[in-house]
Amino acid sequence: MQLIATFAVRLLRLALVMVCVAAVSFGLMMLSPIDPIDAYLGPQMAQVSPEQRDLIAERWGFNEPPVVQFGHWLGQLIQGDLGVSHVYNQPVSEVIGQRFKRSIVLLGSAWLLTTLVGFALGVVAGAREGSLLDSIISTYAYLTASTPAFWLAMLLLLLFSVYLGWTPVCCAGPTGTLSQDVGLATRLHHLILPVMTLALVGIATITLHTRTRMIALMNSNIATHAFAQGASRWDIAWRHGIRHASLPALTLSLASLGELFGGSVLVEQVFAYPGLGEATVAAGLRSDVPLLLGIALFTALFVSVGNLLADTLYALIDPRMQKVTP
Amino acid sequence: MLTIEHLTLQLPYYAPWWRRRWAEVLSDVSLELHPGEVHAVVGASGAGKSLLAHALLGLLPEPKRQTGRLTFHRQVLTAARQRQLRGRELALIPQSLDALDPLVRSQRQVSWAANRAGDARANAWQAAGQALTHYQLDERSKQAFPHELSGGMARRVLVAMAHVSHAQLIIADEPSVGLDPQQRDRVLDALAALARQGKAVLLITHDLRHALPIAQRVTLMRQGRCVETAFASAFQGDGDTLATDYAQALWQALPDNHFGVTPTAQAQNVA
Repeated sequence: MQLIATFAVRLLRLALVMVCVAAVSFGLMMLSPIDPIDAYLGPQMAQVSPEQRDLIAERWGFNEPPVVQFGHWLGQLIQGDLGVSHVYNQPVSEVIGQRFKRSIVLLGSAWLLTTLVGFALGVVAGAREGSLLDSIISTYAYLTASTPAFWLAMLLLLLFSVYLGWTPVCCAGPTGTLSQDVGLATRLHHLILPVMTLALVGIATITLHTRTRMIALMNSNIATHAFAQGASRWDIAWRHGIRHASLPALTLSLASLGELFGGSVLVEQVFAYPGLGEATVAAGLRSDVPLLLGIALFTALFVSVGNLLADTLYALIDPRMQKVTP
Repeated sequence: MLTIEHLTLQLPYYAPWWRRRWAEVLSDVSLELHPGEVHAVVGASGAGKSLLAHALLGLLPEPKRQTGRLTFHRQVLTAARQRQLRGRELALIPQSLDALDPLVRSQRQVSWAANRAGDARANAWQAAGQALTHYQLDERSKQAFPHELSGGMARRVLVAMAHVSHAQLIIADEPSVGLDPQQRDRVLDALAALARQGKAVLLITHDLRHALPIAQRVTLMRQGRCVETAFASAFQGDGDTLATDYAQALWQALPDNHFGVTPTAQAQNVA
């Protein structure tokens, strides 16, 4: 019973967040100086008469007040219709579906790599504070923590694709090939650099937070007691450290799903990777309101689920977080 | 079993302008622990009792300056030997309950202690279960997390962790602090039982009254120095057989005795 109540409250809160995200995104789009009809027509703008423009505006409902437009969109959303993207001339749900399939591979592998490597490095560095290994890992973490993802992406592109020629310069497959003809190896080959970029930057935060928690643990009464039992440093790191350090790492890694989405927008742009991030930029630049709102909603949902997962897992690791049922 | 001769310990502190100075926290401490005995070290806070415990186990962080001689079973107890014997021959019952890992169930923690003392994993788990039963913790407490245990139960988990190590020397740092009389007696009885098995128990406490019923010898410490080592039997009546004024004054100041402030005690307070 209590479980259902908690679940219902969470769901209600999620719905509220969604509406807020949609309203804010919609408001921002209304304030955008880009005219959606101009953006849609592109270079053919000059060949279209004002009457035809009015026709398009009427068809898309642009001459109604913004609140009514938003109402329309919300009404459709409740029926499960996200509208049609005029940039891609496809239903928004289809665009998101296709793009997400590509992005999830990129985001998923980057996220997994970030979490695992970041955590491992943090544990190793924190277990031996002040050692040479710790200095190397910390230096790396501080450097990459202050590096913007897109800049690193350009550097990597320059090094590996231009100078060394090891990796392709762009896209999810060779240009001029249909996506269903691209083999798995080629796909992975095109993924390496974007994943590397996202992971290299993301690792730093997790490493630094894990390291701090590990150092705190190694100086705590728990560690002193374990030393008194004859435990070695690695024994303590393995048995106590991993449990304690996984708490901040988990929160960070699941909360960083949002950041990863943000980072992927820039990185997909640099690598011309046809994922959700690239679609976001296209939708923004060409005032494709339905698509942008759809992506915003989808991202918000994704991040919220991530946070929900973190909340749930936290209680599993730290028994003190569990609600006491009398 | 363990002999401490002229142990002096200095720890650094920093004066203005990052000048490192050394504070003498233990000066010329000499003690002798015998198997089968509970030896109480009594002193006010800041007397250096816990530091003594940590120095015996080699748990103090660098930098430190330590002189004097520690001998365990007739062999010099060097830092390397301390590392080797910790958890196997030397065990610590820590002062603070947050020495228990809050994320680990009690039986698992005890089994880790057994594992660290050299038991194989499967044996360690069994030994942990037996030790916890021995200290009257039921199945539910064995599978409980430390925050679900009462202070007395958590304290007994700590004693069980020392018990499974089969150590010959057990250093109990304020094991009775913060417990109600019944729980306190249970923990102290457990220590006395360990001594009856032929182990040496170093009982660190600030309360002379709690130490006397189970201790054979009592050492009074004050500001890093040993004031006096006496048999527990000397603390009776007016304490006339006690050698030093400080010991006599402390004994007479207890509520059960005269609750008295003797001229010597006053003089010492002024000093």
